[in-house]
Amino acid sequence: MNSLLPWSALLVPLCASALIVLLFQRARQVSVFISVGAVLFSFVCSCLIFSRQDIAAAEIDWINFPGLLHVPIGFTLDRLSKTMLLIVTGVGALIHIYSIGYMREDDGEARYFAALSLFIFSMLGIVLANNFVMMFIFWELVGVSSYLLIGHWFMKDAAADAANKAFITNRVGDFGFMLGILMVWGATGTVIFREMAPRLTGLATNPAFLTLAVLLIFCGAVGKSAQFPLHVWLPDAMEGPTPVSALIHAATMVAAGVYMLVRVGFLVQASPDALRVISWIGTITALLAGLIATQQDDIKRILAYSTLSQLGYMIMAVGLASGETAMFHLFTHAFFKALLFLGAGSVIVALHHEQNIWKMGGQGKNLILTFVSFSVGTLALIGFPFFSGYFSKDAILALAYARQPVIFALALFTAFLTAFYMVRLFVVVFLGKPRSQTAFASQESPTTMLVPLVVLAICSLLGGYRFFAGRFLALPEEHHTGLVIPLLPLVAMTAGSVLAFLLYRGRATDPLNLRALRDRLYLDEFYGWIIEHTQDALARLSAFIDRWLIDAGAVRGASSATWGFGTVLRLLQVGNLQAYAILFGFGIVWVIYFVIFR
Amino acid sequence: MLFFLTLVPLLAAIVILLGAPARLTALTGGALAFGVSLLLYARFNPVVSGFQFVTSVPVSRTLGLNFALGLDGLSLTMILLSTIVLLAAIWFTGEVAHHEHSFYASLLLMAGGAIGAFASLDLFFFYAFHELALIPTFLLIGIWGTGNRRAAAWKVTIYLAIGSFVLLLGLIMLYQAVPVASRSFDLRVLQQAKISATAQTPIYLLLLAGFGTLISLVPFHTWAPEAYASAPAPAAMLHAGVLKKFGLYGLLRLALPILPEAVHAWAHLLLLLLLGNIIYIGLVTIAQRRLDWMLGYSSVMHMGYIFLGIVSANLLGATGAALLMFAHGLSIALLFALNGEVRKNVPSLNFDSLGGLAKQMPIVAFLFGLAAFAAIGLPGFANFPAEIMVFFGAFRTGFDFDHFHQFQWTTLLALWGVVISAVYLLRAYRRTFFGTAVADRPPVRELPYSLRFPAALLMATSLYFGFFPQALVQKIMPVVRPYFAASR
Repeated sequence: MNSLLPWSALLVPLCASALIVLLFQRARQVSVFISVGAVLFSFVCSCLIFSRQDIAAAEIDWINFPGLLHVPIGFTLDRLSKTMLLIVTGVGALIHIYSIGYMREDDGEARYFAALSLFIFSMLGIVLANNFVMMFIFWELVGVSSYLLIGHWFMKDAAADAANKAFITNRVGDFGFMLGILMVWGATGTVIFREMAPRLTGLATNPAFLTLAVLLIFCGAVGKSAQFPLHVWLPDAMEGPTPVSALIHAATMVAAGVYMLVRVGFLVQASPDALRVISWIGTITALLAGLIATQQDDIKRILAYSTLSQLGYMIMAVGLASGETAMFHLFTHAFFKALLFLGAGSVIVALHHEQNIWKMGGQGKNLILTFVSFSVGTLALIGFPFFSGYFSKDAILALAYARQPVIFALALFTAFLTAFYMVRLFVVVFLGKPRSQTAFASQESPTTMLVPLVVLAICSLLGGYRFFAGRFLALPEEHHTGLVIPLLPLVAMTAGSVLAFLLYRGRATDPLNLRALRDRLYLDEFYGWIIEHTQDALARLSAFIDRWLIDAGAVRGASSATWGFGTVLRLLQVGNLQAYAILFGFGIVWVIYFVIFR
Repeated sequence: MLFFLTLVPLLAAIVILLGAPARLTALTGGALAFGVSLLLYARFNPVVSGFQFVTSVPVSRTLGLNFALGLDGLSLTMILLSTIVLLAAIWFTGEVAHHEHSFYASLLLMAGGAIGAFASLDLFFFYAFHELALIPTFLLIGIWGTGNRRAAAWKVTIYLAIGSFVLLLGLIMLYQAVPVASRSFDLRVLQQAKISATAQTPIYLLLLAGFGTLISLVPFHTWAPEAYASAPAPAAMLHAGVLKKFGLYGLLRLALPILPEAVHAWAHLLLLLLLGNIIYIGLVTIAQRRLDWMLGYSSVMHMGYIFLGIVSANLLGATGAALLMFAHGLSIALLFALNGEVRKNVPSLNFDSLGGLAKQMPIVAFLFGLAAFAAIGLPGFANFPAEIMVFFGAFRTGFDFDHFHQFQWTTLLALWGVVISAVYLLRAYRRTFFGTAVADRPPVRELPYSLRFPAALLMATSLYFGFFPQALVQKIMPVVRPYFAASR
């Protein structure tokens, strides 16, 4: 049944954003009201969409070359997209509300909310897209809203650089994504998912082509979901306001890559070779990010690396050909990671924008509600029994155990790391004694910030249970692993937690201090070096050639030859521009002459 | 109506030279032209094939020379672009230091030439109108330019004169290659002409070199950044936005329908050159240290994508190329306009002495951001669907399952060019507007309210066709479809 609901859910945030930009830049209250109202409206629409079985929406032609290329703006409304709608608008609404408190003293509040609404619009577009080009459109728009929000405090050099880094790194991924789309279109003649699946059989004769196409499409996910080797932008993206880190750089946007791969699961799973690469990229990301997270000092960066690591798990699950498992972890992760970031934001605000964990300490006493909800998030993330992360992470581990033992071993080690770095963070920030004046005098955040924490904490508690998650997701099949699965992850988790607890209890500095991990394995420096020595060096060389060879050498050389050669041109040398203009007139006369009397 | 539109800028220029209040008359003329082109757009019937609004005045019966004007979807698109940019350029003209009347008259002449060239159905006037537009370009740069303006004016003069001359040779050869029976200046007749494949080659190469110079095809491009850096903002807007498209329009109008075999046979050459525009110039752009030069080079670079669409020689590519001409014209015009506004406020456009301007001129920063994102092909702006069509069109040419061929490799590299353009534009944006301001900067004036309208006009148009590209696609498609129907 056709309905206006999907269109309204999509377009209202866009209108909100446009309204704020055009009319209410100065009216902060109004812009907050519009933006929050829009996301709540979208949330209600999403609930209605979710509750109806046979919903459909009209589509319009964006580009239509009959028989060649047809790109509609149309919607896929299945269980997957409906659930994603709820996650995006639900978590989005909570984070909008949280932002009211967090951003209330910021000069750019209206700009911030406009960008946030733009983000909701773009993200809903990705979720609803029924074809590759439409997905790519919103994919790019999400990139822009992320750019705007990371660069919100653009006067800070770090924020401005981080915004550029995020956008350009994503563009690198999108380069592959677009090429992959082109290849799939070349092979099947369509970009619409629904029409694509039956036409894939023709590709069976050329598996290499398909593998390449899938891997290129995967590049898009590598960029957006910040997988190794394009993960470097995400930790820097923490320069943005904390609610943005929670919404975009933890719960929703970075999950878009996973969602996209699940959406085109029929394509991805058609190529076993591609799947292998995908699972390994996920594993490497999970492991690397987990390692680096153990030695970071900035509370948001620890959480950012943890996000990377968890995204690695999801990609791993996609690579092990189980989209359901990936979506399950995406679902639970959205809640507990948003919760952790908002909790961290609450601490950061309480400490007047201090982010170094070694200057915190003892916050458990001062910020009780934050402390409790952050505990829930931590337990969910490390996979403590009966919290949501426990179920979804075990599902991934069971999957890995059943399909690929080496990956299982690495994933298990990552689970150990996860427990280690989270307990480290938790102990250093919340336990012990306050280690600075601000930490001593910190006060709990305003109500608008606490309510979302509580709601998310409840979701993080319930998110893993079948009666809750089963409503929204097709849950993964159970793997028969005997006692291995509940037991080994438990051991890893306990070992990591206990080790971190013993190591960090009562410390004022980090006793480990591993340089390589602290410096993020020098990957950023390495990329900087590569860019400097390839792109920028080539750029300088090209500029030199253009200036001194093509322009000065060839052109001036040729023109001075002409100077000597042509009397007309020599005449020009002593003339002026007006004379030249007249000469042009003569030229035209000459054409007429030439044509007539030739 | 079309006849009237062609005359409006020319008449306005004459009236201004006769002493009418310059700015007022120019604005009226620009607004009138824009209004008429909107009317033409609304009245245009996409279902009818061939040209509409045709007027023909015989000039010489013996030669078959007619002053004939008409519109199809392609020329309509270009006319719409010309009038929008003209209006914006006039509006953005601030205080002219001296010879105000001549300045406005030159602007109008430039646009009038462009409009005339796009509307002409006659080869002779097609060429002559463009020449007419070149003269005021030189004057605008040479007299009212900044920096090393005389050198820049000379350079562009010589370049474009030689380009036009080569083009003229090509056109004459084209005319002569047509069998005597169907020989005509009329584009409608010429487009039906059959020329043998061997005869096509020299003509095509001459046209490519001639048009290519006008479009700043590598290696005939070095005039462009220097000219745009020196030109007063309105002149840069009109030239980069509109007049430069004349060459591309010519290739779409003449090379594709009349010389298809040569286009096909020499595709490898053009692919190589256009990669020069996209990759090589892209890299050169990254290395620029001044905002105006960066913009000048970026406009050279983006020509590569339009060439790619044209040389793909299929429906998607050619339509995309036409749309990209339109879209690029809007975005580059706004970029040059804002560049001019920044130039008024800072002592130097060197990146080292810029920075932090977003705090002092937020509206300029916002608009510049919009235009920059449009230029790097962000969805929402018209540039994006156009680039998508170009990429899809190019990728499809000679596609097979087993290997990538020249078009697929070029598409790949051109896609990398999208990354490059993000690098240079975002870096430039960051260095100009973000970060902290230099300490000793004199007070900066925000964009006046009156100038927000033309900026909004440019961006709103781009957004409209970015959201609804099909509105132009269905007008352009019937124009180019017959080009490729015969050969397949």
